[in-house]
Order: sequence, then structure tokens, then C-alpha cells
Amino acid sequence: MEIPYTVEPRPDSGLANGKLGIWLFLASEVMLFGALFSTYILLRVGAPEWPHGELSVKLGAINTVILICSSVTMVMSWASLKLNDFSKGRMYLLITIVLAAVFLVNKYFEYADHFARGEGPWHSTFLAIYFTLTGLHGLHIIGGIVVMLYLLGPGAGLWKRHPEQYANRIEYTGLYWHFVDLVWIFLFPVLYLL
Amino acid sequence: MDKVETGTAHGHAHAHDHAHEELGFWRKYVFSVDHKVIGIQYAITGLLFLLFGFCLMMLMRFQLAYPGHPIPVIGGWFGADKAPGGIMLPEFYNQLGAMHGTIMVFLGVVPLAVGGFGNFVMPLQVGAPDMAFPKLNMMSYWVYFVGGVVMLASFFLPGGAAQSGWTSYPPLSVIATLGQTGWLVGMIFLITSSLLGSINFIVTIVQLRAKGLSYMRLPFFVWAQLVTSFLLLLAFPPLEAAGVLQLMDRLAGTSFFMPSGLVVSGRPLTVSGGGNPLLWQHLFWFLAHPEVYVLILPAMGIVSEVIANNTRKPLWGYRALVYSIIFLGFMSFIVWAHHMFMTGMGTSISAFFQVTTMIISIPSVVILTALLLSLWGASIRFTTPMLFALAFLPMFGIGGLTGLPLGLAPSDIHLHDTYYVIGHFHYVVAPGTIFALFAGVYYWFPKATGRKMNDLLGKIHFWGSFICINLVFMPMFIQGLGGMNRRMYDGGMQYAHNAGLLKWNLVIGFAAWGLGLFQLPFILNFFSSIKWGAVVDRNPWEATTLEWSAPSPPGHGNFVTEPIVYRGPYEYSVPGAATDFTPQFEPKGA
Amino acid sequence: MHADQESIRKSIRSYMIVGALLLMFTGITVAANQFHLAVPAAITLALLIATIKGSMVASVFMHLSHEKKWIYGALLLTAVFFVVLLFLPLLTTEGGIGTPTAQPARPEAHEPH
Repeated sequence: MEIPYTVEPRPDSGLANGKLGIWLFLASEVMLFGALFSTYILLRVGAPEWPHGELSVKLGAINTVILICSSVTMVMSWASLKLNDFSKGRMYLLITIVLAAVFLVNKYFEYADHFARGEGPWHSTFLAIYFTLTGLHGLHIIGGIVVMLYLLGPGAGLWKRHPEQYANRIEYTGLYWHFVDLVWIFLFPVLYLL
Repeated sequence: MDKVETGTAHGHAHAHDHAHEELGFWRKYVFSVDHKVIGIQYAITGLLFLLFGFCLMMLMRFQLAYPGHPIPVIGGWFGADKAPGGIMLPEFYNQLGAMHGTIMVFLGVVPLAVGGFGNFVMPLQVGAPDMAFPKLNMMSYWVYFVGGVVMLASFFLPGGAAQSGWTSYPPLSVIATLGQTGWLVGMIFLITSSLLGSINFIVTIVQLRAKGLSYMRLPFFVWAQLVTSFLLLLAFPPLEAAGVLQLMDRLAGTSFFMPSGLVVSGRPLTVSGGGNPLLWQHLFWFLAHPEVYVLILPAMGIVSEVIANNTRKPLWGYRALVYSIIFLGFMSFIVWAHHMFMTGMGTSISAFFQVTTMIISIPSVVILTALLLSLWGASIRFTTPMLFALAFLPMFGIGGLTGLPLGLAPSDIHLHDTYYVIGHFHYVVAPGTIFALFAGVYYWFPKATGRKMNDLLGKIHFWGSFICINLVFMPMFIQGLGGMNRRMYDGGMQYAHNAGLLKWNLVIGFAAWGLGLFQLPFILNFFSSIKWGAVVDRNPWEATTLEWSAPSPPGHGNFVTEPIVYRGPYEYSVPGAATDFTPQFEPKGA
Repeated sequence: MHADQESIRKSIRSYMIVGALLLMFTGITVAANQFHLAVPAAITLALLIATIKGSMVASVFMHLSHEKKWIYGALLLTAVFFVVLLFLPLLTTEGGIGTPTAQPARPEAHEPH
């Protein structure tokens, strides 16, 4: 028994099942991060003073650049697959994973720096929301890396059997990854600059 | 279950190489990816949790009827930390209260209404071979199961289960015992399960409808599940976030919800402070208000199906029903602060929420009116499902009407946190939703098992439940109007103004016992009918929607021939037709 | 459904252009931060730039500019509720209990320097 429209789109909606599914998932993620941004707003408006200069703008900016580049390489991976170039697609996917890992390493240094001074999330509401927002974002990065490693490794066999389905999976992973990038695009100025 | 040959569903030629191999016991009945098995798993688990939640309530009602008396027979089961000498401690009462609410809402009603009925019926009603993502569906069930285990296990943690209400307001919940952490972890599992399920439902309804099944030909039950899924998808994530924040307050010492200068047991808390307890309330109620529509919408869907079938008439105002339920879903996101009128918000924003709350009653009334008008001029068949569906209408009416003084701030000042609130929401959920769910069980049992439930036992179940449930909840309005506070472990004894209201606790207690006893015929009926119920064929109720074209029970892939839809969902008593029902799937001119 | 090679190549061009623009806007955001604008202006500018960047990621990288109605509909609905979630709780902190004559005391966010 086959589920229809797993790969080819349904005529009236114009969508394949996975495409609609991933966008709905991203919609729920918007609400998840929305709640944390709402927390940020409420806590900051209610606070008599709000810290500045506690975070490294340099590291934050570097991480922003890294994620933007990883977004480019992610979409390039999909484009290469659509042009039937599997090896290029894999290369771009690998670069995306590497960039994501570098992002996490930078984050590690940032966190370690704060903890070394005894400044964890308990220290202030600013640090509380900073660690929570970036921590949840970091968990999403890890999740993305796991999926990408699967598609690079054991999941890559699908390209031989159903190339279009494989390309779709890369596309959906890409959508998720761009969303993670998008969240950071807002996190960076809100936490580091304002 | 029958193994029925799958035909060419949706016109695709099947190149089966693996689909019909016989699956082992574990893959067939435990880790199944078949929506029907998963639906039954959700339904049975949900029903068991409803029973457990009911038992928690029975313990509470004993304490309220006889405060300070040792619990008879089983009083010794709870240990000295919960009920020394069989006498319930206030802490234990609070655990029972918080967990009764949590279990009934998140482990009982929603899994049964959405996970159970939604999973089993919806793919059949849209003509799909299964859900869009069968493996994800299986995962949703097991994540729910784990969440349920975590919730139950929390009773055994030191200090007992969560005891800060199902609403878990900080700062109390942040300084509460370990059970609250268990609650938060359990909720994260349940919310995740819900999110995965809602994605599956929406994609299935949009993508897997049979040929000819346009949106305006969908059974109203499917519309209800579609809107419900959007509520779950968009409203749950803020509670997930809030749960993480409260976990951090409890475990990492953060102050998201902890205000500055808080003193507990004479000692100032050593936290950074600067947090906002109202932040939790906003994030919680942002979910919890849409959640109550998650509780009622599937019920409205079930009642609609049963009423159409047992009036032998099309539903009155199908379009009005559809537009109303969509509007209701939308509005449910912008009323939440009517649960917070007493928190000191400004009059303008309070007015905003009062207005939206009044507006949201309009689509509810439209839906109720349409269902009532559907009875006009009908040949009503008083089958067991129909009895429950009919009772739903006035019960939901009472529940809805009693919501109005709560939704207006001036009257809410007097009624907030009283038994009036408890009466209101139980009317909508208990003789409301749960009656609709019973209707659904009796109605779709033949489709799931190939046998009908016993009608006499069904009628005893109905009449006994109907009378007792009203005796349980109607007195609560009297108590609430008299000013009796909720969540008081001594039944309100310590306040002089409650003196004349205490007798109702006895009435409610006895009625609750009666209600419990009248569930026995249902439980007996349910299990014995699986083995010995009257055998039926595909369409024992002579209904018109797609699920009745599949075998009872349907096999792998559901439909023997590709389902095609030719008309709307409720073509009953069509003039000139040979029978009083013309199914959606019957070819034209057949 | 096979997208033709030519349209993919055109898309690759736009991916590179957008990538470069994103990096440029990041630079602008960091540079603007050096000017220590007044808080309302700083917030407006930062969010404006972030929104421009975000829109480019969404419309080009995520192909949202030529997506289907159901996706737009779901996202529009989400956007409405996102705004509600962000701003309505804030509104409940305004105005106190609503005595018309008294000016309610409100904690101001201090100007940090």
C-alpha cells in the first residue's frame, strides 16, 4: 500500500506531502521562538535596567556570517542535486555541516567564558533569556547536523533508488536550516546589539 | 482484524513486493504504523486514563464530603506521607487536584477525541489508505505513552506528584516538590506528541482526500479535526517554551517567573529576581484557552455525524457550521486573558479580551443552533449514540451560557476561582465532550470491530450517567454563587460563609458514586461486545460517509476499491431515491 | 515535475547575490551599533534590517516567493498569532487598574550607555 503524493505533488494543492509537513512544522517553530521573544520583551520592559556589552559582538557577528554562508551552501546542495550532480550536492552538504559545527564551537567558547566567571543563566534575567534563546537555537543546530549527517551517510542510498525523493529530503532539510538561520538573524541584533 | 485484499487505491498500480507479508505480533499490534491500530491504542489508553482521573476525583470528593475522615477500605494504601491513618493530607489533596485536571485533559480527553477518533475515523472519512506519515503517527502515540508513564510515576517521587494545580502557576510551582519537575517533563513529551500528530492530520486532510471529495463535501467531523489540528500546531509551542522556562527556574536557578524580593518560609530566596509570574500565566493560557476548544471541537464533530445519521436528514446549515468552526478556531487565540481578569491588567486591554470572549460565543451558538435545527422535522432514531448526542446539546448549552458571566470582568470578580468555574468547565467537558465521545464509541465500534455494542446496556449507561452527572455538577453553580472557593481541601469548611453550602458536597459525593457505578455497564458492554456483540456488515447504521464503504473492520489499506465521492456528506431522504440515505460513495444513477 | 536546468542556474545566481547582500547587511547592522542611537531608534533600525535579511532568506532560499496557497495561508495565520503573542501580554502591563485620574507608575527601560 502506497501513500500518494509522497514525491509527486498533488494537482490541486501543488504540494508533496513532505513539503506541506515541513512548513507546518516550521510554523509551530515560529510560535515556539515567538514565546521566547515575548518573554524577552516582557522581562526587558519590566526591568529597571538592562545589561549591555556583556556579550562578544565579534563572536556573534562571526557566527552570523558562518550561518549565512551555511545557508548558501545548503541551498547550493539542493540546486546541485536538481542539476543531477550528486558529488557536488554531497560536497555542499558536507561544507554546511562543517560550518554548523564551527558555529557550535564558537558558542562553546562564548558559554565557557561566561561560566568561568560564574555567570550562568541564574545570574540575571538577561543571561537567563540569553542562554535559553541561544541554547534552544543551538539544540536546533545540533538537530539539523544530525539530519544532515544521516542524509550524507546512511540516507544517501536513496539517491540511487529515488533521486527525486532524495532531492526533496534535502530541500526539506534546507527549509529547516534556513529557518534556523532566520531565527539567528533576529537573535543576533536583539541579544548582542540592542 | 480481517486481512482484506487492497485494491488499486487512487488509481496507482501497485507493485507490491513487501506490503502483504504477514507482520509479527509486535509490528502488527504494538509498533504498528496502521492508523486504525494506532487509533485504537490511543482510544484504549485514553479511556484508561479517564478512568484513573475519575478515581482521583472520587478520592477528592470523599475528602470534601467528609473532611478529615479516614478514607474507607483503601485508606491504608497511600502511606504516611500522603494519608497517615487514611486521613488525606492537604498536600495529597492538592496532588489529586492537579493530576486529576492534567490527566483528564491531556492524557484522557484529547488523546481519545483527537488521537483515538481522529486517527481511526478521519483517514477513512477522507478515503485515504492511511495517514500521510504513518511512522510519524506511530511515534506520536509512543511519545504520548511515555509522557503518560512519566506523569503517573510522578506520584511516587518524594513529596508526591505535582500539586500546584493543572495550571502550575509560579512562584508556587517553582518552589514545589520534585513532582512538579515530573509534570513539566511529562508535558514536554505530551506536547511533542501533539505537535507531530497535528502535522500528520493537516497534511492527510489536505493531500489525501479521495477523488471528488472537495472541501465543502467533507464530513463536518473532518472539518472539526482540521481546525483542532491547527489549534494544537500553533498554540502548544508557547507552553512548551514556558515549560522549559519553568524547568530552568526550578533546576538552573533562573528567575523567569520569580519576582525580586520573594520570601519563602521566612527566608528570602537567593535568586536573581526580576522575573514575572504573569509571564507564565500568559504563556500557559495562550495554549490553554485554545486547548479547551481542542476539547470541544472534535465532540461537535462527532455529535454532528451521529445527529445527521439518526435524523435521516442533512445537517442544517452545513456552510454556517464550517465557517463558524473556522472563525471559532481563529478567535480562540485572542481570548486567553479572560482567565486573568484578576491579575491587575488595565481596563482597556481587559475590555479587549471581554469583547473577543463575547464574540467567540457567537460561532458556538451558531453551531449549537444548527445542530438543534437539524432535529426539526426529523425522523429521529433513538439509538444509544443518538441519546448521548442529543444530551450533548443542552449540556453544552448550559456549559456555554455559564461561561458568559465568567467572560465579563465585573461578574468574574465574584465568580473567579469559585466552584462556579468548576461547574462551568465541567459541564462543557463532562456531560459535553465526554458524552459526545461515548456517542462516538457506540457509533464507530461496529466499524472498528465488526460487531455492535449491546443496546440495553447502552441505554442504562446513558440514563444513569445523564442523571448522576447533572447531580454532580449543577450544585457547583450554587456553591460558586455562594462564594465557595475552589481547590480547598476541607471543602470550604474553614469559611463561615460556606456553612450553608457544605451539604451540597454530600449530594455531589453520592452522585459521583452513582456516576461511577453507571460506567460499569459501559465497560462490561465494551469488552464483551468485542467477543459476543451482534455481527454487522459494512454499514449497520445506514450512513452516508466514506468510512461506511470499507469493510468492518477495514483491512490494510482500508478500501477494497478506490473510493470515489459523488456528492455531499449528508444526503439523507433525498426525494425520489429508493432508500432514505444516499451514500457519498454510491455512483450516480446506480 | 522536473525543474528545468536553466531556471536552476538562474536561481543559483540569485542565491549568490542574496548571500552577498546578507553579509553586507550584517556588516551594516554591526556598524550601526557603533553609533549608539537612542533605544527606540536603535530597536527600529535593528529590526528593520533583520526583517529585510529574513525576508530575503525566506523568499529566495526557502523559495517562498513562488510557494503554494496552503503554505502562504498557514504562514499568514502564524504571523498573526506571532504578533499577538509578542505584543498582547505587553499591553496588559500598561495602564494599571484603570483609575482615570491617577497616572499609573510604569517601570521605564533605562537608557544604557
